[in-house]
Amino acid sequence: MSFERTQEKLKILADAAKYDVSCSSSGSSRTNKNKGLGDSSGMGICHSYTEDGRCVSLLKILLTNHCIFDCAYCVTRKSNDIKRAAFKVQEVVDLTINFYRRNYIEGLFLSSGIFKNADYTMERLVSVAKKLRLEENFNGYIHLKSIPGASDELMREAGLYADRLSVNIEIPTEAGLKKLAPDKNRADFIKPMLKVKNEIVQYKAEKKIIKSTPKYAPAGQSTQMIIGASGENDFQIMQTSNYFYKSYNLKRVYYSGYVPISYDERLPQIGSAVPMMRENRLYQTDWLMRFYGFDVSEILNLQHQNLDLDIDPKLSWALRNLHEFPVDVNTADKRMLARIPGLGMKSVYKILNARRFKRLNWEHLKKIGIALNRAQYFMVCDSNQFERRDLSAEKIKGLILQNSTSKYTKTLSNQLSLFG
Amino acid sequence: MSDKKLIYDGTFDGFLSSVFYVFENKIKAATIENEFVAQSGLFSKEINIITEEEKANRVWAGLKSKLSARGSYQLYYAFLSEQNGVENVLLDYIRYAFSNALNVDKDFSHPSVLKIAQIAKMVGREKHRMEAFVRFRLTKDAIYFASVEPDFNVLPLISKHFKGRYADQKWIIYDIKRNYGLSYDLKKVEIINLDFPAKFDFTKTDDNFFAEQEFEFQKLWQDYFKSTNIKSRKNMRLHIRHVPKRYWKYLSEKQPD
Repeated sequence: MSFERTQEKLKILADAAKYDVSCSSSGSSRTNKNKGLGDSSGMGICHSYTEDGRCVSLLKILLTNHCIFDCAYCVTRKSNDIKRAAFKVQEVVDLTINFYRRNYIEGLFLSSGIFKNADYTMERLVSVAKKLRLEENFNGYIHLKSIPGASDELMREAGLYADRLSVNIEIPTEAGLKKLAPDKNRADFIKPMLKVKNEIVQYKAEKKIIKSTPKYAPAGQSTQMIIGASGENDFQIMQTSNYFYKSYNLKRVYYSGYVPISYDERLPQIGSAVPMMRENRLYQTDWLMRFYGFDVSEILNLQHQNLDLDIDPKLSWALRNLHEFPVDVNTADKRMLARIPGLGMKSVYKILNARRFKRLNWEHLKKIGIALNRAQYFMVCDSNQFERRDLSAEKIKGLILQNSTSKYTKTLSNQLSLFG
Repeated sequence: MSDKKLIYDGTFDGFLSSVFYVFENKIKAATIENEFVAQSGLFSKEINIITEEEKANRVWAGLKSKLSARGSYQLYYAFLSEQNGVENVLLDYIRYAFSNALNVDKDFSHPSVLKIAQIAKMVGREKHRMEAFVRFRLTKDAIYFASVEPDFNVLPLISKHFKGRYADQKWIIYDIKRNYGLSYDLKKVEIINLDFPAKFDFTKTDDNFFAEQEFEFQKLWQDYFKSTNIKSRKNMRLHIRHVPKRYWKYLSEKQPD
């Protein structure tokens, strides 16, 4: 490995891969049983954090930033005048192994621009993973990006060596994709996703009968979409997301606030702010769908097509549905407890456990560690004091915003003063 | 009446032997101190405790039968915090545990139980951070060497993690503050003490000791760390919350160019 050449390639190909937000390295089941290198059976570990505060847990690189496509939102697009580079398969293997041995990373996240055609590219990605597993005896985490349009046979092989597979659907709506990525076709994303989904189901079923059946993508598949590049609203975004969770059993959908990188007229211009708050609200909504028992239509629908930026989506839902409250924490079921603004699932479990011993009052709830700042308006407990009185939704919202010290307060100061 | 002051050798077994002594002699007012920090008091009587594995094991087995698995590991975690006076909080907890028919490890209304749970949580956090922030550097002797300086004595807690993960390479994780380390020889992990040259700087990768390719991989890692940052999303407050400054001097990505 020539140090200077590798160094230059790494700079280029890490820089180009940084817009992929997936950093998960958990959820797999690959124990080091063979005195080899690595173990990805536990939870993932963030070994460092970038200066923008994102977790660094995998070596996240492109195999190449040569690309035959010309997607407007992508730095690697064909028409962009940038330095191009491509790793050799062995170089990626050496980097991964040597970084892993020094405890810098949990494994590899390998994506790629598309040279020549989908299969040619996918084949190389697969051979990196294969080499790591078979020649280096590597049990660390491997996340491979599926190349849209790759053949079923290659997708099947990919899943045998990778822990996770993903294909980015890029833009939440088909119309948006047509506008920004005229070369790409949604059906090409779906095909490998469907193949992987079916293989996972099949391998799992076989494993129940034949124990020696190899693992297939044990950490499942994920996808990512860019937010704020193509004018879609939050309702459309979460509809898409919900569809992918339901139809393809995805483990995660990632939302990536668009970072302006081009002067293309179809896109927000360089210098416009990255929609980080919006991104955050979408993740909160995603969580409500996956862990809190909400149906997406309760939060976003034709009447409410966009999430509030100044309050979180659960509070927003609660304020629109005051008739469901107050909830009695001493008797309510888990589903309703989880719907109280300010209560996370951990608090819900604590309440369910604690209330078996005694009826809970405000003092108990505070000790358990519940953020009463928001929750107090939506619950009753073993106490005569009931905080909501007959407050209107606007009044409650005002009170909560007044008493919260959100890290975003500064950027939202205009909105805040409305309720002051 | 004066307190009895028990001096032990700083080991967990030594501490448990002290607890044994307290119960065996039915001592009502006792304090337990590590011999390295103990200062002789004017009015207390000092007793030197001899560490006896058998007695220690008996106390430990007793505790395990009284507490949940989580409760007993919290005791051990809290002990490893080396916080001033933690032995006495532990003793209080242990007395409470043995005097109660029920399992007390979730009785957070008891001050010692609450305190131990809080300390154990801090130690657990640092254990996790060490699993993340250990940076191995390849020596000329083909050993992957890491120097650390944790606030708490977490080496015993991370041994299993690193043994499972790096089964095919020789490695040493050395705690500079406490002057001992873990060493894995491809078969087992042992506790070692090393003498370092007088001018040995743990934060520098001196080419007298480290392999040539070590510099290259550190440089590659630093480059990677820089390239993967998105400038328009910079948020140093968040960055420092995740990677506290006290760890920076041993992180290769945080070394000056």
